Amino acid sequence: MKKLGLSTLTLGALSLGVLALGSANAATVIKIASMSPLTGSSSDLGLQIRNATELAIRDNKSAFTALGFDLQFVAYDDQADPTTGTANARRIAADNSILAMVGTLNSGVVIPSSEVLAPSHVAIVSPANTNPKVTDRGLANMNRICARDDSQGPAGADYLVSTLKAKRVYVLNDKTPYGQGLADAAEAFMKTKSATIVASEGTEEKSDFSSIIGKIKASKADAIYFGGLYGQVGPFSKQLREAGVSIPVMGGDGYDSPDLLSLAGAGAKDIYFTTVAPPLTAVPAARVLSSRYNAAYKKPLAGFGIMGYDSAKVVISGVLSAIKANGNKLPTRTQVETAIRGTKLSAGLLTGAIDFNSVGDRTSAKMYIIQVKNSAAGKLDFSTAGTVTVKSSKQ
Amino acid sequence: MENFVTGILINGLLIGTLYAIIALGYTMVYGVLQLINFAHSEVFLTGGVVAFEIFRVLSPAPGAEPGTGMNPYLVFAVALVTAIVVCGALNIVIERLAYRPLRNAPKLVPLISAIGVSLILQDVIKLLEGFQGRFQLAVNVPGAFTRTVFTVADTNVKGIDLTLLIVAAVMLFGLNRLVNHSRVGRAIRAVAQDRVTAGLMGIDSNRMISLTFLIGGALGGVGGVLFALKFPNLDPYSGTIPGIKAFSAAVLGGIGSIPGAVLGGLVLGIIENFLGSLSGLVFIFPKLAFLGAIKAEYKDVGAFIALIVILIFKPSGLLGRNATEKV
Repeated sequence: MKKLGLSTLTLGALSLGVLALGSANAATVIKIASMSPLTGSSSDLGLQIRNATELAIRDNKSAFTALGFDLQFVAYDDQADPTTGTANARRIAADNSILAMVGTLNSGVVIPSSEVLAPSHVAIVSPANTNPKVTDRGLANMNRICARDDSQGPAGADYLVSTLKAKRVYVLNDKTPYGQGLADAAEAFMKTKSATIVASEGTEEKSDFSSIIGKIKASKADAIYFGGLYGQVGPFSKQLREAGVSIPVMGGDGYDSPDLLSLAGAGAKDIYFTTVAPPLTAVPAARVLSSRYNAAYKKPLAGFGIMGYDSAKVVISGVLSAIKANGNKLPTRTQVETAIRGTKLSAGLLTGAIDFNSVGDRTSAKMYIIQVKNSAAGKLDFSTAGTVTVKSSKQ
Repeated sequence: MENFVTGILINGLLIGTLYAIIALGYTMVYGVLQLINFAHSEVFLTGGVVAFEIFRVLSPAPGAEPGTGMNPYLVFAVALVTAIVVCGALNIVIERLAYRPLRNAPKLVPLISAIGVSLILQDVIKLLEGFQGRFQLAVNVPGAFTRTVFTVADTNVKGIDLTLLIVAAVMLFGLNRLVNHSRVGRAIRAVAQDRVTAGLMGIDSNRMISLTFLIGGALGGVGGVLFALKFPNLDPYSGTIPGIKAFSAAVLGGIGSIPGAVLGGLVLGIIENFLGSLSGLVFIFPKLAFLGAIKAEYKDVGAFIALIVILIFKPSGLLGRNATEKV
């Protein structure tokens, strides 16, 4: 029985080999992978990355066919889990036809996965990983086109001071590493910009903000920076507005949830926050892609889809230029890795020109400022108030 | 300056009233059983969840035309009655299942089962709301309660604030009549003093204990409804902090004493708000810059330091009687 099984296997493998040979004769296969959570609670966001990558590959297939290559797409599901991500990375490393990867959604996944992929030089272009450590490790294969977490605080602070003309800012944080980090970075930035920090404090309070609000009134602050999550900021803003204080409240992407609107009610007005995922309305160039995305996947295109599409464009142009540099022959992974890091691309991108610094951060990434205000329908909703361009500090 | 202090006093009074209502549930149960019913914070939260559900179903949606739907005060009354029934019944069931079988066990045993019940209730609430895809419950408070009724020294007093004070006053008056001026109240007090002797006098002590849990639960339910309206964002763990504060208020006032619980709640509410606001004095008196170091995050620390100091000088609490050890 065992013997029979083995021989069947061999036969199968043989026939597969023949098949593979057959297609190789037609055109050499080049694969581009995507990795993001396709199942689980963040699959909504992960599918955006996957689908947009697939669309970008479909759009550029012909350029490869002309050079005698067959460009294929392969999607991996990391379930937002580092262990699954590294297992996928090993599979990607083992498949020699995969030259580069778009992904992931979670910094916690991309950090170990990129380490697995580094020795085999599989380049990664990330649409969404914001943790500073992603690129600070200096891996040659790791790049990202989104802004870094540590630019969020300064970006929000910049908008408060430069656009909203805040002079006296009351800084709050939720006493978590996330919230406190944001608030500290914002505070440091505002101090350099001649804004007065009237007070800076942390609070774990979830329901009764009356004492803080009393102090905000007494301080005559004209803006608030609150590093925290929507679950705390929602009720805070509600009580703040009910106490008659209507100054802007600024924060980070921890506010980005529809629950913010239900928790804050009418008090959500003039809450601002920064985010790396562009809202569709902020990217007019994405309108065409949006309708095609809708037709193909029956779902609306969202921020990480836009970023995913641009990431895939960077990968595709990197592979193409590596092919050209190699005399129209199949390039090695190392050549692709170098080509992607050397990207200088502006045509056909949705979020503006992309080039990378020495560690793979985008030299001028964009941070989007979202404001809660009355929509055309008269309801409070998120709308794009502006963009802040974040220059990378390294060359 | 006046505005600032008025704000502290008004807000302290309001949160203190809430603490007082919850503290009554702790203190009454302690009075008859010498048991600290740690599940009370979840019974109280159940009242809040009941309010959330009633307002979700009966009140018009936030975006609806003004003037449509049921009268907000009627919905509030429905929520109050439902919460009283649900929380009272819940507290009776808890007593019957988790405390009565352990009545003659060492004092620590029912305490542990109280903590267990508290955890179970948190998870049941999480499960029930989770089935409907909710975790953060944003209570659909009718405009009548969030509207500012009048403004004292720059502090807005809203409909819910007045409702809170009125309901609390009515409840305290009723509780006082019940406990101090009725046959049932006399029976409860007798059981609290000496269960065995009360039994010899023909009082069914189990019934009186159930009744105490019913009253405590009902008070908790009312507290929950008021809390949900005043702070309309709940999650399954929202009961814990107010529960601990209310328990401290009960200890501060003298556990087992009903007026003590009320006084303790008010004192704790005002102290807490005062300490949380202390650093704000910097904005009024720039010379007091050192106060800027006492930030809002120390408000709970401050409240508990106050509790410790008071208990050092008056171990039985503000209005507690010194319990003489029975030999």
